[in-house]
Amino acid sequence: MGSLEYRCLKATGVYNVLSEALVEIRDVNFAYGHRPILKGMNLTFPKNKVIAIMGGSGCGKTTLLRLIGGSIKPTSGYVKIGGQIIHELDRAGLYAMRRKMGMLFQFGALFTDMSVYDNVAFQMREHTNLPEEIIHDLVMMKLHAVGLRGTHDLLPAELSGGMARRVALARTVALDPMLILYDEPFAGLDPISLTVVGNLIKRLNDALGATSIVVTHDVQESLKIVDYLYFVADGVIITEGTPDEIKASNKPFVQQFINGEMDGPVPFHYPGGDYQQDLKLKSIERVKNNKRKVTERYFGLDRRQKKK
Amino acid sequence: MMAALTKNFVGLGRRVMNSLWRIGIGARFLSLILLNSGISFSRFHLTVKELFFSGVMSLIIILVAGMFVGMVLGLQGYETLKRYGSESALGSLVALSLVRELGPVLAALLFASRAGSAMTAEIGLMKATEQISAMEMMAINPIARVVAPRFWAGVFAVPLLAAMFSVMGVFGGYLVGVVLIGVDEGSFWSQMQSNVDFQHDVLNGVFKSCVFGVVVTAIALFEGYDAPPTAEGVSGATTRTVVESSLAILILDFILTALMI
Ligand SMILES: Nc1ncnc2c1ncn2[C@@H]1O[C@H](COP(=O)(O)OP(=O)(O)O)[C@@H](O)[C@H]1O
Ligand SMILES: [Mg+2]
Repeated sequence: MGSLEYRCLKATGVYNVLSEALVEIRDVNFAYGHRPILKGMNLTFPKNKVIAIMGGSGCGKTTLLRLIGGSIKPTSGYVKIGGQIIHELDRAGLYAMRRKMGMLFQFGALFTDMSVYDNVAFQMREHTNLPEEIIHDLVMMKLHAVGLRGTHDLLPAELSGGMARRVALARTVALDPMLILYDEPFAGLDPISLTVVGNLIKRLNDALGATSIVVTHDVQESLKIVDYLYFVADGVIITEGTPDEIKASNKPFVQQFINGEMDGPVPFHYPGGDYQQDLKLKSIERVKNNKRKVTERYFGLDRRQKKK
Repeated sequence: MMAALTKNFVGLGRRVMNSLWRIGIGARFLSLILLNSGISFSRFHLTVKELFFSGVMSLIIILVAGMFVGMVLGLQGYETLKRYGSESALGSLVALSLVRELGPVLAALLFASRAGSAMTAEIGLMKATEQISAMEMMAINPIARVVAPRFWAGVFAVPLLAAMFSVMGVFGGYLVGVVLIGVDEGSFWSQMQSNVDFQHDVLNGVFKSCVFGVVVTAIALFEGYDAPPTAEGVSGATTRTVVESSLAILILDFILTALMI
C-alpha cells in the first residue's frame, strides 16, 4: 500500500473507524488505445462511507467507475471489491458481484419504454421471485424515499431532469446494494434538486449501511455530504482528505477547483499546436505570394519593377 | 498513374476486408443471440410483446401492398395469358407468383424498412442513452433480455406477414381478374387449387420467408447494437439496416430459388 496515502488515511481517522476497505484500487493504469487515461491510481473506499472522486471533465472519472463496475479491465494494477479482484471474475462471478452493486448513470439511463413503476420494479422482477403484491409495496417504498410516489405511472419522458435523477436513484437502490456508484449525480440540476439529491445520497447510504462512491465536479455540494474526497488530475490522485482538510487546504489546485477559477494549475486550454499556426497565418503569407505571382504573369511585370 | 491504381486497389481491398470482418462479427452476434435465447421462450410473453409491436407495426402496409400487388398481377397476368388464350390459368399464375416469390420477398422487404429500421433505431438509442450499460450493471444480460426476444419476434413475424401478403394478393387478383375483367370464377379457383402444390410451392415459400426473417432481424439488431452511441451513429445504422437487408433478401432469394427448383 502506498505509504503516504496510508498515513493520510490513518491520520484522518478513516482507518481507525473501520479498518476494512470495501473497494481497493491499486496501481491502476488504463488507456483507451494508446491514450493513457489513468496513470497509477491508488484509492481506498472504506465501508459505510460516502466518498467523492472529483476532477475536471474528461479526466477519467467515468472510466474509473467503469473499472469498478467491471465493464473494462485495467491495463495494469487491480480493483478489488470485498477482497475479490473484479477483472479476474468470470461472467457469472461478475454478475453475482454486480447484484450487490447499484450504479446511477450520468443521464439516469431510465428505460424509456417503461413507466416509472416498472423501471423501479425491473430488477426485482428479474432477480427475485417475489409476488407482485410485495414488489408493489417495495416499489412504492423506494419511490416514497425519493419523494416521487405520485409519479409511478408516468413515463420517463414526462419527468423533469431532477425527477428523472431521483427515479433513477430509486431504481439504483431497488435491491439494497452494498456499494452504490454515482456518476455525476449533480450535473444539470437546479439548486433545490441538487440539495435534494445530495441529501438523498447521504440518507440512502446511511439507511442501507452501504458504501457510496460519488463521481462529481460539484465541490460545494459534495463537501456537504461526503466523508472523504479524492482529487484527480492528469490521471493521478493529486490531493485527498476529509472535507475539513480540503477546505483548509491551500494547494493551488484545490483552491482553483473550489473557487471555480478559470485558469490555474488546471489550464484553460487543452494542449494543442501553436495558436498562430492554427489560425493559418502562414497560409495568408502564401496567399499574398500567390497574388504577386499572378499579377506578374498577367500583367507581365512586378510592381516593384514598375516602381523602379 | 501506377500510384493511383495501387491506391484504389488498396482502398478496395480494405473495404472488402472490412465487410468480411463485419459479416464475421455479425455471425458471432447471431450465435450469441441463439445461445442466450432461453428466456425468450421460458418467458414467452417477452417475445409475444415484441411480436405484437413489430408485427402490428407492419400489418397495414403489408395488407395494402399485398392487395395492390395482387391487383397488378391480375391485370398483367390477364394481358399475357389472353395472348395464348389461356385466361383461365389466371388463378394459378397469381397464386404461384405470390406464394413462391412475391409474398416472401416483398413482405420481407417491407418488414425490413418498417419494423427492421425501427428495431435498429430503438436498440441504438437504448445504447446511446446507456440503457444497455445500465442493464449490464444490473447483472442482466441485455442480449438475452432485450435482443433475443426481438429476434424471435422477427423470425415469427416475417412468415406470418408473408402469408397475409399472399392471401391479400390472391384476393386482389380475384377482384381484378374475376370481378372486374370477368374471368370465369370457377376456373380461377379450380386452376389455383390443382396447380399449387403444398410441399413444392407453399412450403418452399414458407421456408424462404423464415430465412428472410432470420436475416432481416439479425441485421437490424446487429446494426442497432453496433451503432456508435451518437445521433449520426444511430441514423447511419438505420439506413444501413434497410440497404443491407434489402440486398441480402434479393441475393438470398436467387440462391434459395436456384437450390430449391
Ligand atoms: N470509449 C472510449 N474510447 C476512447 N476514448 C474514450 C472513451 N470513453 C472516454 N474516452 C476518453 O477518456 C477520457 C476520460 O473520459 P471519462 O472517464 O468519461 O471522463 P469524465 O467522466 O471524467 O468526464 C476522455 O478524454 C474521453 O475522451
Ligand atoms: Mg463522466
